[in-house]
Amino acid sequence: MALSNVVETPASGFNFENVSRNVALEGLLEGGHTKAPKPMKTGTTIAGVVCKDGVVLGADTRATSGEVVADKMCAKIHYISPNMYCCGAGTAADTEKTTDLLSSNLTIFSMNSGRNPRVVMAVNILQDMLFRYRGQIGASLILGGVDCTGNHLYTVGPYGSIDNVPYLAMGSGDLAALGILEDRFKPNMELEEAKQLVRDAIHSGIMSDLGSGNNIDICVITKQGVDYIRPYQESEYKDKRQRRYKYRPGTTSILTEKIVPLELEVVQETVQRMDTA
Amino acid sequence: MDSQIKGVSTGTTILAVTFNGGVIIGSDSRASIGGNYVSSKTINKLIQVHDRIFCCIAGSLADAQAVTKAAKFQISFHSIQMESPPLVKAAASVLKELCYNNKEELQAGFITAGWDRKKGPQVYTVALGGMLLSQPFTIGGSGSTYIYGYADAKYKPDMSREECLQFATNALALAMGRDNVSGGVAHLVVITEEGVEHVVIPGDKLPKFHDE
Repeated sequence: MALSNVVETPASGFNFENVSRNVALEGLLEGGHTKAPKPMKTGTTIAGVVCKDGVVLGADTRATSGEVVADKMCAKIHYISPNMYCCGAGTAADTEKTTDLLSSNLTIFSMNSGRNPRVVMAVNILQDMLFRYRGQIGASLILGGVDCTGNHLYTVGPYGSIDNVPYLAMGSGDLAALGILEDRFKPNMELEEAKQLVRDAIHSGIMSDLGSGNNIDICVITKQGVDYIRPYQESEYKDKRQRRYKYRPGTTSILTEKIVPLELEVVQETVQRMDTA
Repeated sequence: MDSQIKGVSTGTTILAVTFNGGVIIGSDSRASIGGNYVSSKTINKLIQVHDRIFCCIAGSLADAQAVTKAAKFQISFHSIQMESPPLVKAAASVLKELCYNNKEELQAGFITAGWDRKKGPQVYTVALGGMLLSQPFTIGGSGSTYIYGYADAKYKPDMSREECLQFATNALALAMGRDNVSGGVAHLVVITEEGVEHVVIPGDKLPKFHDE
């Protein structure tokens, strides 16, 4: 009935097969000194703005795992299709996989129907999937893109709610970023002004939120194409390594050496051609 | 009462009122998270499920959007099979079935209003657990508690279009003035046999009452 939506939605309800596996794993770790690793969250600032010529998306690049910065140059702006990109906040694995799944789905749709996917289609697929999982998939997404109907920016919440807006910020730094956006957003801005606005919004999130930091990525989507600037701006607080952390050969002293030659006999040799052309 | 809704909720004020020749359906435009953060000032709570049938949503935004999506499809399919526009009661029933059969998982309530050839303008309430009720006018959402008195006192059957518009606007303004999770702009849709007309009243143009 639906044209080319390839992912088969399960017949009923949800797939929680991995829950029992996780419980068993946690049971195994319980006795020992190790604890189950905390899922990597992108405590994050992401923002998007619709301007005259297209859509500008921005994100910071810090990924945290508890109180530790797990990744200083994490890519939070994910590719969906040639005309759409998606920023993700929440659990890093969830945003990564959800956007990957969406991207694959839309590629197959494009191939089957011969059309470029529209932003509303991507939003609908995301909404259906996240609603089905009732908030268990911790992905808050900002989807922006340009298609034949215009420039669009949508927010998709983890429970499956959507909203179509001209400017938006999400993640733990959203309140700081939203302050900047509310103050300076104007409809139909020029591209450079919009890029500066998004950069300032992310910068404000980085300064005021502990979960956001490091560099700023910007992605500009227009009818002509996509300009993914990574990083748009590097953090002023990059530190220099104080020493060299590579070990010289000879650091570990060799105490004894024993060589045992293995005597092997070739019993049978077969060659099979493989066509790699 | 709305803090039990997980995710974005439309703690809201919604209403629908019949008048002579049509029906007006209206809502505020605020979406909140946890009762103290406004996540959207411009959310659309008046969803068109068919040419002359609208539905306004209250409760969890995700649940309401998912239900109205499914309902829109089912009503459209029903209309094609019957080769005629659906009855408002049919649309309300579709919503009711979805709400009742999934009452454990869903937290969303609806007001369905519209015009059809058989009975003219009608208003139906579909409550949280799936109750379906037909009334000449109805109010819903968290903000409705503040305007029961106003609505009961000021409603008259067979009002004119202008009187009804004023009634609905005043009711929304009063509710938005007292309920913290209702606010933004007032959206009103006037549905008649001839067509559908949207009226949007920004917050500063709403009627003001004694202490504002």
